[in-house]
Amino acid sequence: MRIITVNGFTRVVDMPDDTPLLWVIRESLRMTGTKFGCGAGLCGACTVHLNGVAVRSCQTSLEEAAGQQITTIEGLDPAGQHPVQRAWIAEQVPQCGYCQSGQIMQAASLLQQNPNPSDAEIVAAMNGNLCRCATYVRIKKAIKRAAADMRRA
Amino acid sequence: MDTIERKPKSDVSRRHFLVGTAAAGAGLTIGYVMAPRILGSATEAFAANNYSPTMLYTITPAGEVIVHVNKSEMGQHVGTALAQEIAEELEVEWKNMRLDYPDFTAFFTGGSLSILSTFMGASQAGAAGRMALIDAGAKQLGVKASDCHADKGWVIAKGGKKISYAQLVSTGKVDKVFKDDDLKKVAIKHGGYKILGKPVLALDIPAKTNGKAMFGIDFFADNMLYGKIARPPVRIGAKPKKGADGKELIDDSEAKKIPGYVQYVSTPDPLGVNTHYVIVLADNFPAAMKAAHAMKIEWDLGPNANVSSDDILNRAKELVADPNAGGLYWLIGDPKKALAGASTKYDAEFITPLASHVPIEPMNALAFFDKGQLHIFSGSQLQAAHQPMLAGATGLKPPQVVIHQMYLGGGFGRRLDDDDVMIPAALASKTVGRPVKVIYTRDEDLRNDFYRSITYQRLRAGIDQQGNVVALQHDVCMASSAERAAPALLTPSKDKGDKYKVDGSSMSGADSWYGIPNYGSRDITNDLGQRATPPGFLRSVSTAWTFFALESFLDELARKTGKDPVELRLSLLTAKGPNAGSVPMSVGGAERIAAVIKKAAKETDFHKKHGRLGPGHGIGLAATTHFRDTPTWTCGIAEVTVDKSSGQIKVDKFTTAIDLGLPINTDGALSQCEGGTLFGLSLAMYEEGTMHNGLLDQTNFDTYTPIRMGQVPDIAIHILANGNTPVGVGEPAVTVVAPALSNAVYDAVGIRLRRLPFTPTRVKEALKA
Repeated sequence: MRIITVNGFTRVVDMPDDTPLLWVIRESLRMTGTKFGCGAGLCGACTVHLNGVAVRSCQTSLEEAAGQQITTIEGLDPAGQHPVQRAWIAEQVPQCGYCQSGQIMQAASLLQQNPNPSDAEIVAAMNGNLCRCATYVRIKKAIKRAAADMRRA
Repeated sequence: MDTIERKPKSDVSRRHFLVGTAAAGAGLTIGYVMAPRILGSATEAFAANNYSPTMLYTITPAGEVIVHVNKSEMGQHVGTALAQEIAEELEVEWKNMRLDYPDFTAFFTGGSLSILSTFMGASQAGAAGRMALIDAGAKQLGVKASDCHADKGWVIAKGGKKISYAQLVSTGKVDKVFKDDDLKKVAIKHGGYKILGKPVLALDIPAKTNGKAMFGIDFFADNMLYGKIARPPVRIGAKPKKGADGKELIDDSEAKKIPGYVQYVSTPDPLGVNTHYVIVLADNFPAAMKAAHAMKIEWDLGPNANVSSDDILNRAKELVADPNAGGLYWLIGDPKKALAGASTKYDAEFITPLASHVPIEPMNALAFFDKGQLHIFSGSQLQAAHQPMLAGATGLKPPQVVIHQMYLGGGFGRRLDDDDVMIPAALASKTVGRPVKVIYTRDEDLRNDFYRSITYQRLRAGIDQQGNVVALQHDVCMASSAERAAPALLTPSKDKGDKYKVDGSSMSGADSWYGIPNYGSRDITNDLGQRATPPGFLRSVSTAWTFFALESFLDELARKTGKDPVELRLSLLTAKGPNAGSVPMSVGGAERIAAVIKKAAKETDFHKKHGRLGPGHGIGLAATTHFRDTPTWTCGIAEVTVDKSSGQIKVDKFTTAIDLGLPINTDGALSQCEGGTLFGLSLAMYEEGTMHNGLLDQTNFDTYTPIRMGQVPDIAIHILANGNTPVGVGEPAVTVVAPALSNAVYDAVGIRLRRLPFTPTRVKEALKA
């Protein structure tokens, strides 16, 4: 049994300590915005925030996550209106949409740490997030739009 | 699986449109029934025939319009385009359009065919709804229908009296049937659009930014078990060995030590699509993964245990060298004779490797039985075939199988073959009497794909003394996806008839619109590839390999005959005979491919740059036409820098000009072209599957490496909109990339890259040669 806090709510989870946080979130908590893509930290679809920083939930164990503040796409903004989410709609980023929770969580973490990233810094932060629809052109535009919005706010 | 219709059919003439009340209080529904099952009124007809495939959209008493999307949503925002088509003719405001995804089963989504196959029907349905509402509104207003028009959800009479659609729908009295003669009067607009041909915000996007969009993998059922398939170490052909007692040699004693493990289910694939499934069931997926890993299964590895990708390629080379192999797919004039008599001959061979779909949502399905029905939650592109397949596998009748519609976390053609996860889930559920959700892990997804086949192509050209291309023979050896999955799509060959059938999904493109007087192509199925690497349909299918070869070869011919690559193409695009085009799909014929070539050349200053960019820098062009019956006219131009010492190709810019006739959502079309370009670049430079001992070597995104953000070049897309019939946009942008890049590399450093992908190693090898 472990106690974890996801999006501000505290839950008790009865899964083995080595269970990847991804499956705790999806199966035990049945929050499905966080996606399974590769199980090896190579695609970024499962990205969540651990104490505000992007991590791959498929590479984070329940034991490591216990007692920490975990944020998923559902908790990024209560109304889904985080500047990154707004920018994703304005730039019409998603195609199939499956990887986009992870992309958005990664981008939000980047902008938290670096409010005005250069192109190279965006690539460095986002290169681990695969998009098979290849929406990269728009992801880059949306990150710049969100950054500008956040700086104005 | 013989239900795919490659050719779009406009069934409108055989349909009767109904405008009436399908469910009390739900509003006004516009749908159709197939003649002649028509009853007295639309509302009665809906009551008698109340199943969802007939219903296209519903206007609610609040005046919202809900489009019942009958195409799979996999990133192309197809529902938004359908809604635009309907809204345009219905005369409602865009802000009132909504989508839902009912449980249709009789459909197929692929081939970039959705828009061109639904445009007439959806537009006419919108117009029929408007006409019925105008009739009803005129009655309410006490005026003649001919004195009314519709605008923004209102019926407006001369003089300004008006009544809203919402009010008319609330009366529940709108009821009209459009029979054959009435349908002829349902004219659709040709221009003057308010919503078509404009950028609109896709209706499925907001849910894809907040975690609310539900994909197949996101569904749960009470009392559900998770299934992980324990796989043999070969792609296909293996089954568990049996002991002396006739029992399969499957030992789950180690799996039993894993908390959460329940049992395994071992079954042959009853349809023979795959060979055998051992489905390991547990309370949660991590336990199912561990238990599957702990299973001890003695496999009879079958006939493919020693097959490698090199063996398949070598077999292809043997077959292409055999003049009796295969059958003619395309034949104009007498290419054999013309080649023999040509004053100069050129030939070249082209190779493409195994490629995998790798949608980021791994294959998955949830299955359960309830009240005599099998319910499936799984993203599918081919419900029309999966429903009867599931019925056959589980002993039900097709109407007893319900495939629930949901978002697809990537399709790219992979989910045309979704039965490979639906059927094991259904069989396991049937065995244990509980809901079962099977999920593929990534290594399983890569190693059990229905791949883009290894292809080996030979092109031969004959040139006359004036330097004209007088003969072209294009031989294509591949594993045939249609032969495996949809034999009904095969057609008799031009030389051997029914004795050797040919596959348009593997050959399209080897029937190009170039007016070469003696032009043939030969379809040669690679028997070894067919057996060991079950071929599937990967985004743009054959046109990504045939045009790679053809367009690279044309560039070679231009160089060798001292012609400019644009001028050579334009001289061949004569738009005569078979290349004149026809109404409505290919109006203008070869002239339209000439137009996009000119547009792309102009936008890039091609002629100022070609051959003049200096050492290491190059520009290259390619033009493609998608499928011959449903062409999309596309030209791509690559600008590259090649570093000779590292072999690295850097794409500086990729420009595409594409003629879409009437693009529906201009921003959506742009998005598809951007993604398609990068998908093409990924296949051209970064993706290569290799096989040893019957199994793919690559197991995850560290070794199978689709394009990432850092590899994205500057992209420019120019959409030509000329008001012709809308054509497909999901795939064509993929197809120009590899040949344009190969031609640009030649322009930069003088080497021909005839094998995908263009890795630094291959570049360096070519530079040494």
